[in-house]
Amino acid sequence: MSAFVGKYAEELIKNAKYIATPGKGILAADESTGTIGKRLAGINVENIESNRQALRELLFTSPNALSFLSGVILFEETLYQKTSDGKPFVEVLQENNVIPGIKVDKGTVEIAGTNGETTTQGFDSLGARCQQYYKAGARFAKWRAVLKIGPNEPSELSIQQNAEGLARYSIICQENGLVPIVEPEVLTDGPHDIKKCAAVTETVLAAVYKALNDHHVLLEGTLLKPNMVTPGSDSPKVSPQVIAEYTVAALRRTVPPAVPGIVFLSGGQSEEEATLNLNAMNKLDVLKPWTLSFSFGRALQQSTLKTWGGKKENVGKGQQAFLLRCKANSDATLGKYTGGSAGGLASESLFVKGYKY
Amino acid sequence: MACVSFAKLNAASSQWIGGQQSFAQRPGPSTRLATRRVSVPIRAGAYTDELIQTAKAIASPGRGILAIDESNATCGKRLSSIGLDNTEPNRQAYRQLLLTTPGLGEYISGAILFEETLYQSTTDGKKFVDCLREQKIVPGIKVDKGLVPLPGSNNESWCQGLDGLSSRSAEYYKQGARFAKWRTVVSIPCGPSALAVKEAAWGLARYAAISQDNGLVPIVEPEILLDGDHPIERTLEVAEKVWAEVFYYLAENNVIFEGILLKPSMVTPGAEHKEKASPDTIAKYTLTMLRRRVPPAVPGIMFLSGGQSEVEATLNLNAMNQSPNPWHVSFSYARALQNTVLKTWQGRPESVEAAQKALLVRAKANSLAQLGKYSAEGESEEAKKGMFVKGYTY
Repeated sequence: MSAFVGKYAEELIKNAKYIATPGKGILAADESTGTIGKRLAGINVENIESNRQALRELLFTSPNALSFLSGVILFEETLYQKTSDGKPFVEVLQENNVIPGIKVDKGTVEIAGTNGETTTQGFDSLGARCQQYYKAGARFAKWRAVLKIGPNEPSELSIQQNAEGLARYSIICQENGLVPIVEPEVLTDGPHDIKKCAAVTETVLAAVYKALNDHHVLLEGTLLKPNMVTPGSDSPKVSPQVIAEYTVAALRRTVPPAVPGIVFLSGGQSEEEATLNLNAMNKLDVLKPWTLSFSFGRALQQSTLKTWGGKKENVGKGQQAFLLRCKANSDATLGKYTGGSAGGLASESLFVKGYKY
Repeated sequence: MACVSFAKLNAASSQWIGGQQSFAQRPGPSTRLATRRVSVPIRAGAYTDELIQTAKAIASPGRGILAIDESNATCGKRLSSIGLDNTEPNRQAYRQLLLTTPGLGEYISGAILFEETLYQSTTDGKKFVDCLREQKIVPGIKVDKGLVPLPGSNNESWCQGLDGLSSRSAEYYKQGARFAKWRTVVSIPCGPSALAVKEAAWGLARYAAISQDNGLVPIVEPEILLDGDHPIERTLEVAEKVWAEVFYYLAENNVIFEGILLKPSMVTPGAEHKEKASPDTIAKYTLTMLRRRVPPAVPGIMFLSGGQSEVEATLNLNAMNQSPNPWHVSFSYARALQNTVLKTWQGRPESVEAAQKALLVRAKANSLAQLGKYSAEGESEEAKKGMFVKGYTY
């Protein structure tokens, strides 16, 4: 069979295209309970449900911020939460033309016989879960595969395993009305240079698209969430221009034009770095048949978290900080960002060695 | 680890580039937000810059490839169809007619030659490669050694030619060739079997890597034969499978995508299918396939005609160019450029000029089709005749 065209095909294509609207991007707010606990701990806030709800309410009700977003990825708990006025978060997003998405993977586990490489869990009852999420209002999903660079890594086994996992997850989503975001993250950790990252990223993406094609995934109804191509964390930094050139070259070599949009992850980059790099990519004078946008977690929320600090009286200021980053990244998707929204907070690196998501 | 160098896409031209538009002259959006010319980081290779430049030159707007790489046996069939013996002087005379056509370089960016032709000259003693060079037409060379039965398959074929390919390619480069061509086939009535598809894709990938290593831009040609009574949906399915395999193996062989060209068959129903498809339908299915499988780094897609009539081949190409594509979409035609030419020439010296004019008519028509501006009004009946031959062996 050619690409799978099930009952949701037109809707998938429409939603994927909408998420890829130039000038808009995705807020990744799908931190698991454990991970959001780390964020809250960083601002001395207790990891209880009401605090998790308060943070997400701050973000989703930020005046004007939603106009720069086409989608928000949620964790399961959040999909069913409401504002303090009793309005479901999903409705808040929908009323503002923001498509709710849902993280569907169940984390990574190590692959035995490798040097700490991982595969992603979450296939059991995935179809049934997707149906439930669709009923609850989700229209896209996210599944994160992780690869690392080392002397013998990523291994052929790890590449094949993660590519197959992404493909299987993708087709199950499409069967159930959710646009799959395909995320093969190549970690920044390591002393390697940008050329090594480029070579690995290209190899991984080639394997990913081969697997997607073999599984009959409808590419027009997917999005890609790759890492930017950068030097390793222990290697000297390079300019946004260089990152942009290597990243766009890698994508031009691997991503078919049928894919409507590429929404980058920020990894451990600071808020400002991530925005500058995205902006540089959109200014490049070379043909890019997909839109280049963002799907940022830490790089959209870091200053917001610090400004809020868990205090009700700081919600307004926290929301302003959030709006600032949303607008900056929106400008970056149009190649129009002129800098200057980097306060001290926005320039802080968010890299954590051996970061477990 | 090998060193990687940057190649500026507007670098100094090789001798084959003339009149090539630099990025600065290319029409683009009217509001330029202080954009910068891009340098493309590339894998190491002695010829990488040149490969990229050559591929871009061949994929230039309004131009395509004239395929005249018929083996001696196949050329014999063409000559006998107009009553000529298959002798070297006759083959030389025919190729001379084609390659010395005045003004050919306006519509033709590359010419694929058979080995014999690469070393031939005009009756005045001028090398054919020099005739081409002067017209800014890049000479290319067929490097495969033909199809043979694939054991263990369902009566399918595979393409030979990897043995000694590296040294042959180096020799061809010395003689003036700058691109290569390797044609393998896939048969839908025979399956195709997974074995045949895998072999086709792997052979192409190995040939492509060896070509680039020796300075030749590889044209990647997995022809999905027209034979069969299958509907267009089936062709789409098979084409997507074949190209997915091809690109994956090309990547595994570290082929540089900015330095290759593709030569696919268009996505059409089988020749014996009850309904013919319109040019718009063929365009829709073919572009869908390309958009799903071809990364934008590939500079040009040069379609084969595979038995379509001259006019069909032009109409279909035209339909594909009605809106901008991420790659140059053009032609690499043999029969669809030569059919009327042969019939006009008939082997008579006094008909050479008329035959050359006929070639220009077809070349110009396809040039217009590449620009999306072709109209079939005024085409001759001869040009509309189908050229499909069942079970055709090339």
